[in-house]
Amino acid sequence: MNPNNYLVLAAIIFTIGAYGVLVRRNAIIVFLSVELMLNAANLAFVAAARNSGTLDGVVAAFFVMVVAAAEVVVGLAIIVTIFRTRRSASIDEASLMKY
Amino acid sequence: MTGESLVFGVSGTFAVIGALGLVVSRKAVHSALWVAFAMINIAVLYFSLEAPFLGTIQIIVYTGAIMMMFLFVLMMVGVDSSDSLIETIKGQRLLASLFGLTFGAMLIGAITSSLASPSAGLSGANANSGGHIQAIASLIFRDYVFAFEALSAVLITAAVGSIILAHNERWAPRKTQDQMQRERTLGTHVTPLPAPGVLASTNAVDTPALLPDGSISTTSLPGSFGIKGQVDTARGITEEGK
Repeated sequence: MNPNNYLVLAAIIFTIGAYGVLVRRNAIIVFLSVELMLNAANLAFVAAARNSGTLDGVVAAFFVMVVAAAEVVVGLAIIVTIFRTRRSASIDEASLMKY
Repeated sequence: MTGESLVFGVSGTFAVIGALGLVVSRKAVHSALWVAFAMINIAVLYFSLEAPFLGTIQIIVYTGAIMMMFLFVLMMVGVDSSDSLIETIKGQRLLASLFGLTFGAMLIGAITSSLASPSAGLSGANANSGGHIQAIASLIFRDYVFAFEALSAVLITAAVGSIILAHNERWAPRKTQDQMQRERTLGTHVTPLPAPGVLASTNAVDTPALLPDGSISTTSLPGSFGIKGQVDTARGITEEGK
């Protein structure tokens, strides 16, 4: 099988995630889309590792997962804090800095 | 058709379907479940890419821990929170689809136009260290040990930061047992509060108990339900009760 197929699949999933970030306005769904983009990048890492025959890509994907876990913890805490003060998880309503 | 291309075809299609489900479904809970579905299929792809360690970690950490934390937060924020479909910026959806199509076409074009070298496979790299796990361990704890240590610092900082962010400061001093006893016996409600409604049609914590005149007893519900507007009004029952 052509090893580039995995990269094409990763590109498709990454694009769908980017579209979700741009279009959706619920903060949690935007965050889920970011997670999907990270997963697509991980898939590309692993596919490239197997192509080149070294394990460095696998370790890089592992590190990405650790950073994603840390990022999710902080991001969800921020969403909960915003929800507590505004009673809404919509990213349109957290625009106080604009004015 | 080899087994690998079969796995790629099935799991890859399912992963794309899950990703599309995230973008399309309106309720946040449905989106979260679609993402979990996509992530499990990506884990299957890791297994077929000779990375069983990463596939296991993907299932345990991503679908097990991270997605469940998303669901926890969704329960706090309100399961029913769904997006409104009104555009706040004019033409945002159209521009976003245009951007997505261009971006995707560019990426796919760049990938497919590059030469596909035959895959080297990971068996050689695994054999050098005497096994897959041993090879990964020697990379993490020898070559990338500094990044590993830095990531442990990142994790600790994230944990402390989330505690600080989500921490609620107590504004009033904690009530003593004496004060609580006084409130209970001298207040307006001496007996315990009424339980939620146990009715023939529903028996759930969001169903309010009915008063003798058929109206809803608001004190029979947990306090958080009123804020989110998730009270089951038990409309048909109140009609009959009147």
